[in-house]
Amino acid sequence: MAKIPVLTLTLLFPIIGAILIMVLPRERVKEIKYTAAAATLPSLLLSLFIFITYDRKAGGMQFVERINWTPDLGVSYALGVDGISITMLLLTTLIGFSAVFASFRVNEQAKEFFSLLLLLISGVMGTFITTDLFIFFLFYEVVVIPIYILVIMWGSSKRVTKEYAGMKLTIYLLIGSAFLLLGIISLYVKSYLLTGKPSTDLMYLATLDYDVGFQIFVFALMTIGFGTLLSMFPFYSWSPDGYAGAPTAVSMIHAGVLKKIGGYGLIRIGLYLLPAGAQVIAPVIAILAIGNVLYAAFICISQKDLKYIVGYSSVSHMGYVLIGIAALNLISINGAVMMMFGHGVMAALFFALIGNLYEKSHTRNIDDFGGLAHQMPRLATGFMIAGLASLGLPGMVNFIGEFTIFVGAFSQYKVITVLAVSGVIFTALYILRALGTMLFGPRQEKWDGLTDLKGVEMVPLVVLGTAIILGGILPFGLMDIINQGTLELLAQAKLLTIGGI
Amino acid sequence: MFEWTLQHIWLIPLMPLLVFALIGLFLHKWPGISAAISIISIATGLALSVVTLIGMLKGGQPLHYEISFPWLKMPGLTVEMGLLVDGLTVVMLFIVTLVAFLVQVYSLGYMEGDPGFASYYAYQSLFAAAMLGLVAANNFGQMFVFWELVGLASYLLIGFWFGKNSAREAAKKAFITNRVGDFGFLLGILFVQIIFGTLNFGELSPQVADYTNTALLVTVTLLLLAGPVGKSAQFPLHVWLPDAMEGPTPVSALIHAATMVAAGVYLIARAFFIFSATPEAMQVIAFIGGFTALFAALIAVTQYDIKRILAYSTLSQLGYMVMAMGLGAMTAGMFHLTTHAFFKALLFLGAGSVIYALHHEQDIRNMGGLSRKMPVTTWTFVIGALALAGIPPLAGFWSKDEILLSAYAGGYTGFYVLGLLVAFLTAFYMFRLIFTAFFGESHARGHHHAEVKESPLVMTIPLIILALMSVVAGFIGAPFTGNPFGHFVHYAGETHHEPEMVVAVTSALIGVLGIIAAYLVYARKMVSTARVKERLSGVYTLVYNKFYIDEIYLWFIKIFVDGTARLMFWIDINIINRLVDLSAEITGALGKALRYTEDGQVQTYAYYMLGGIIILSAAVLLAGLGIMR
Repeated sequence: MAKIPVLTLTLLFPIIGAILIMVLPRERVKEIKYTAAAATLPSLLLSLFIFITYDRKAGGMQFVERINWTPDLGVSYALGVDGISITMLLLTTLIGFSAVFASFRVNEQAKEFFSLLLLLISGVMGTFITTDLFIFFLFYEVVVIPIYILVIMWGSSKRVTKEYAGMKLTIYLLIGSAFLLLGIISLYVKSYLLTGKPSTDLMYLATLDYDVGFQIFVFALMTIGFGTLLSMFPFYSWSPDGYAGAPTAVSMIHAGVLKKIGGYGLIRIGLYLLPAGAQVIAPVIAILAIGNVLYAAFICISQKDLKYIVGYSSVSHMGYVLIGIAALNLISINGAVMMMFGHGVMAALFFALIGNLYEKSHTRNIDDFGGLAHQMPRLATGFMIAGLASLGLPGMVNFIGEFTIFVGAFSQYKVITVLAVSGVIFTALYILRALGTMLFGPRQEKWDGLTDLKGVEMVPLVVLGTAIILGGILPFGLMDIINQGTLELLAQAKLLTIGGI
Repeated sequence: MFEWTLQHIWLIPLMPLLVFALIGLFLHKWPGISAAISIISIATGLALSVVTLIGMLKGGQPLHYEISFPWLKMPGLTVEMGLLVDGLTVVMLFIVTLVAFLVQVYSLGYMEGDPGFASYYAYQSLFAAAMLGLVAANNFGQMFVFWELVGLASYLLIGFWFGKNSAREAAKKAFITNRVGDFGFLLGILFVQIIFGTLNFGELSPQVADYTNTALLVTVTLLLLAGPVGKSAQFPLHVWLPDAMEGPTPVSALIHAATMVAAGVYLIARAFFIFSATPEAMQVIAFIGGFTALFAALIAVTQYDIKRILAYSTLSQLGYMVMAMGLGAMTAGMFHLTTHAFFKALLFLGAGSVIYALHHEQDIRNMGGLSRKMPVTTWTFVIGALALAGIPPLAGFWSKDEILLSAYAGGYTGFYVLGLLVAFLTAFYMFRLIFTAFFGESHARGHHHAEVKESPLVMTIPLIILALMSVVAGFIGAPFTGNPFGHFVHYAGETHHEPEMVVAVTSALIGVLGIIAAYLVYARKMVSTARVKERLSGVYTLVYNKFYIDEIYLWFIKIFVDGTARLMFWIDINIINRLVDLSAEITGALGKALRYTEDGQVQTYAYYMLGGIIILSAAVLLAGLGIMR
């Protein structure tokens, strides 16, 4: 019986959408947008289907597909998901779907915009669901090009020009991926030398014993490569400028999911294949992560441009993810994955709302605003949900991530965790200051012309807001499946220490 | 009925939560319906709490009922959501549902016609749900979750009139100040989790008792204490509470007087097994509480805003409770929390009634003579003030007496004297307020005075009920009823002190003395307050300006936090980004330099070729020579 290739379908719908858009006439802007929406919805539903039907008792890689691609090189188109990848897949489709609706005001060259956007979404999804190193890298590189074009064509210039932002983003990430490629090639060659069989299959590579020196070398390469992607201190400076210059949808996808490929890669490839290397490098990551958490939080306090606030704050929040990964125990890594999900939906919601407000008001400077809650109560509600999630309020999914990371990391790194926890004060400070200035206070008549969110503009708020709150009040729904994935991954890597006790 | 109620007790916090969601998502366009379902849900909660309370009193035995489910679960970390119902919980459930119910009814009048009426009831329901979830928590994790959520409700309600800059700033200040406390609280919880491997109170209690690393335990306790210091507005994190008076007055009554600010005291009582485990930590608790009690009472004497006087009074009384906890008198502290909830809610709602009648006038110097126009408000307010001043047989007397007794009998003479001093100041500032605002000449500005009239029944009936509670609530802990409160709410091993006539009489007398003093100064004007201010102008200015603590904090934030922020941003732009740009520029410059080598001339390329051949041949030759040798 031929099984339905669910994962391939999930991956394929946006690509089909992109192709359809390419053949649609350029002036049918409306049809182009609806096609894009229609192409991302099935992926969202399929990923929900995967999330619900994943057999939590059996665990392991499920919905597996494998087609030999170039057997001589040992590369195959292999897909499969476990608890960790399902979470990331769900994050991607939630944000992808919302990003299309957040872009409904794009009318210039809509055809190119939406087809590139759909390709981007598929590319990101691919990295999370493949179990083959080569295919992983392929998808990752597929992502970089659309991003560059999207930023320089549809971006916006403020403190830096969009061309500068796009170039910085692209070059920085390409340099990062060069390190990554070096790491992947080393692994490939080493495994070939060890067994005489060429393979890029992750599960197979994980069964081999690499000597510690080699593991340290490759893990260090990956730390730089994935760390750059995750905006690890001091390799983060592409992130605030990049998000500020990028169009709304790209900021959403980039901050929401693309960045998380870094964290996901560190766990799925780094920890899984190179546990001994991870143990040596982890303390370095933990120390750098403090740079993320505190240094970036302080910068946020001094920012006035909304996109820079969220941009630097995402650098700050990635510090939590890095600490979670560096603590190398089950609890902390569960927390890191949860945090990636939480930060993803939160940052995407933030950028969607900022984009919406910017298009209506043509400014992103918080001091230009005041009392917006009078004119735009729905937008204000959205900003509050995103803001409260960002400062880690219980009842929002981000709190679950932070709390779990703190518990897991505290058993490993006392001082570092205390410093990281202090971040919650500064985050509250800059978030509440920014939102207070912008949303509350006396009504300003110059903004009376602004219309509140309505119709399709509500989609990102409803979809992402629901994810934030449901994840926050019913965390077991997501955490159980993450825990399943992390538990197996760490057990196979022989890294399983529970932490916390 | 009791059994059924106990098994369905989870309905009490859940109903308001659903109401919050319903109003927020669907009903916000219908203020009437929103208010109705909010009040119905809290009334049902009140009914269930009353049944539980009566059932427990009838049963005569302390209750212990616990249900929970794992909320966040993985190997090594379990956070449950559950309900722990014992004497302490039942008392708190009763207080919270009763005061919340009365405040919500009262708000029908006070908030009438407000454009945000429906949201107001949504936030009220959110608060009720969070507060009830907090008091029912059976573990630190759940406690923290709801602890933050009551903070959220408080933030939303302080900033309810968000069009005012002052409300916006006050809400922000409340949240961030509490965050500082919660930072310590969260660290404390992390320590508890990694030391003991559980957050459940029942499982922790015996483990803490056997734990021997005292130094670590003191650290953990003091970190946990940061939570109550923030939430119950103890020095040095007290600054947010007076500003929180920017919220609507019923909110101040419920959240910032009766219930939420008492959550810190409640936490100490709930986790008394850990707070009382080390005498060092207990000492710190007693000092913080005692200091706050005196410090805030002093400030209250100098203030003119009716709500701010009450706010400082709340600070002071919370300090009293915390001090009681620190002296090991958990029962006395909880008893005072209970009576205080009723009379302080009464006082705030009374103040609200005045403010409502005077169209948002809050300065007591512009009041005066209200007793003739607003008899119900006045006399209920006087009852509340008498209860607060500790005049027998009103509620405050019994609970204050219990605290003073435990200080006296426990041998803490310093704290006993301090307690008496605070009791005197309390009576004095309350009756300063009463003689100035309710009696004497009217000082209402302009046309206000003529049209001042008593508030509508929805507002006065809650006042009467609370006044009644302020009279009788003390009897449940009084010696002549056999002190049932102490029977149901106590900590195993807590020393019980037999009532002493001397202590009781002294504390009553000191209250009377305070009232007489206020009468002489403010009603008979026997002492000119202007002269006193002049004589003690330095001290007066210092106290009137709240010891300049707000200013010091602002200065600190401006210099250190914002200063560091600017410095970090400078580093980001001028060092890190500069390095990134520089590496790009170097690459570019190198490219530019090398470009001159590609000039398109065939001759030049021939030279390169020749040069290449020479170099390569030389290298091969040298290598060959090297190998041969």
